[in-house]
Amino acid sequence: MAAPVRASLMITCLGDVFFPEVGVAMVRLLRGLGVEVDFPEGQTCCGLPLFNSGYHHDAALVAARTVELFERAEHVVVPSGSCAWMVKTEYPGLLKHDPARRAAAESLARRTRELSQFLVEVLGITRLDARFEGKVTYHDSCHLLRGLGESAAPRALLRGVPGVELVELPGADQCCGFGGSFSVRLPEVSSAILDKKLASVEATGARCLVACDAGCLMQMGGGLSRRGSSVKAIHLAQVLAGEGPR
Amino acid sequence: MSEGLLRTTLPDRAGAALRDTFLQQALTIATTKFIDLRRESFEGFPQGEALRDRARAIKEATLQHLDVHLERLADNVERLGGTVHWAATAEEAREIVLRLARDRGVRMAVKSKSMATEEIDLNEALEHAGVTPVETDLGEYIIQLAHEKPSHIIAPAIHKTKGQVAELFSRELGGRFEADPEVLTAVARRALRQKFLEADMGITGANFAVADTGTVVLVTNEGNGRMVTSLPRIHVALMGIEKVIPSMSDLVVFLDILARSATGQKLSSYTTLVRGPRRAGELEGPEEFHLILLDNGRARQIASTLREALYCLRCGACLNVCPVYRQIGGHAYGYTYPGPIGILLTAMLNGPESVKDLAHASSLCGACADACPVRIDIPKMLIELRRDVGERRIAPWPERVVFGGFGRLLQRPALYRLAARTGRVLQRPFVSRGAIRRLPLFFGDWTRTRDLPPIAARTFQERWADLEREGHR
Repeated sequence: MAAPVRASLMITCLGDVFFPEVGVAMVRLLRGLGVEVDFPEGQTCCGLPLFNSGYHHDAALVAARTVELFERAEHVVVPSGSCAWMVKTEYPGLLKHDPARRAAAESLARRTRELSQFLVEVLGITRLDARFEGKVTYHDSCHLLRGLGESAAPRALLRGVPGVELVELPGADQCCGFGGSFSVRLPEVSSAILDKKLASVEATGARCLVACDAGCLMQMGGGLSRRGSSVKAIHLAQVLAGEGPR
Repeated sequence: MSEGLLRTTLPDRAGAALRDTFLQQALTIATTKFIDLRRESFEGFPQGEALRDRARAIKEATLQHLDVHLERLADNVERLGGTVHWAATAEEAREIVLRLARDRGVRMAVKSKSMATEEIDLNEALEHAGVTPVETDLGEYIIQLAHEKPSHIIAPAIHKTKGQVAELFSRELGGRFEADPEVLTAVARRALRQKFLEADMGITGANFAVADTGTVVLVTNEGNGRMVTSLPRIHVALMGIEKVIPSMSDLVVFLDILARSATGQKLSSYTTLVRGPRRAGELEGPEEFHLILLDNGRARQIASTLREALYCLRCGACLNVCPVYRQIGGHAYGYTYPGPIGILLTAMLNGPESVKDLAHASSLCGACADACPVRIDIPKMLIELRRDVGERRIAPWPERVVFGGFGRLLQRPALYRLAARTGRVLQRPFVSRGAIRRLPLFFGDWTRTRDLPPIAARTFQERWADLEREGHR
């Protein structure tokens, strides 16, 4: 029998602090698929908030320490498209002035994948044992969709869960209005964008709104909760692990 | 450049736009239509993707020898009997037009739609000099009557509903007109016909100028551009220097993607090619043709991080797909060029100080870069602008302090974990039924409209030891 696939979990700051249940679901899901999961200690954040706001000096320092933390990982799996994008697309450029670090960043970029891409590309999974009853809809996170060019993997996985009925969200590819610090720099605009998104979500009749990014989930989940909506925003990993709301 | 607007802040202008129900209605209808039309037109055009790459490559190659192409354009325009003027600044460009008008006794100038003339505030200058400018593009005509500025690069009156236009026409033109686009267009057409015949000068912009042939190209839909370039005795075209392209075969590439990106048309209704003034034996055309080449801060950007913004075709596709533009419209941006590309052009023309807030008027969703016919990486340049604003210390100091502290926190895992534990204690008074519904200070900007998940009772890091044991069972 071939050696098991080994994957290191990059939990991300929002995943660690606000959505630990997503990380737990991911670990159980991956273990259930025979993956050996480890969790390098000392993780903080990928530095995307610093990078997006233009604080590139600090972002580079954060990138450098993250590259080191995951130096020995065979695969790195991330529950957020935006953080995976940051590591894959921006780390090498941030560390370009130090050839050794740049090379290490490029290596990390190659080994890093967002969860749905890891499941489909590396493990070749599209059918899952989990069970999840009901209608769900899927929101394409901007960085996963346009940054990493992924729209098929999450949908294929959702369709692969017995009991899931996936309904397409009209305007699924449109931003939810989060945008990191944008959400508090222009809160009214961010909320207006969110309102449109949530109106489409509620019109689908889905009981769960699924996404692959903690930022979008915070924004859309926060909006749904404030509206008193019956729709729950959950991470793909929770559906795939059969750990959604009952 | 609408400086009057800038006495207000961006959040105030955006807030006002969000509360303007007419604007919201008009924006949603128009941008949704533009998005659908663009998508449909590219769906039936498989070669579109390769043409976009090609167009981008042409723009890039042209910029590398911009001086050569401009000289060649100027030589060819003059060979055809036209006159070429070089304007380093907006002021110089205005002076050139005013001098021409003064010397030739011009009383009225008809204009076809041109963002370059908006950029240099030409209408105000003409009025001040006693020359009446008349906008002849329907949208521009509407906003001229309303004493407003364009709020979209190709659809200047996109912020108005047909009901508002009917009211405006009834008030300004005398009459009672119903809110029917066909009726209103006929009204404008009648009013404008006389102006075309009276005007001494026609003023246009240029979508492209072909260096090889000295051709100025106008892409329009209403036919007004053709009358502006052929009826008055003088035609003045004003173009940014980045609009030059080398050859007619390059033009074909751009024409194939421009209208598709802008309005979803295969080609616009009119593609007007102007080569100099009327020649001996020709029946129509102006007696004089003047081409003004406007720099106004463009050339110095060739070697800057904003370089790609010089590829822009002014199609407006990035505005239509931008979630921010779709909510607040063009006026809230406060400058001539709105939307994602407008932020870059504003920085280019007015310096980074002018966009210290605007650079953040984007969720960086990337829809703009996706829609751009020449694939300008707008989000990347917005991030670069934010960096520039930060490094020049134009960004407000509290922000720099917060991000500085955040940066240090993220490099010290023990401190990061302590911050999470501290937050968990501090949040206690605010948590109810598993959510945070109200927070003080700037955190309130989040909780005014959205709940916040509380910091977890046990973070993932705190749960890992248990999870690790679970794995060994």
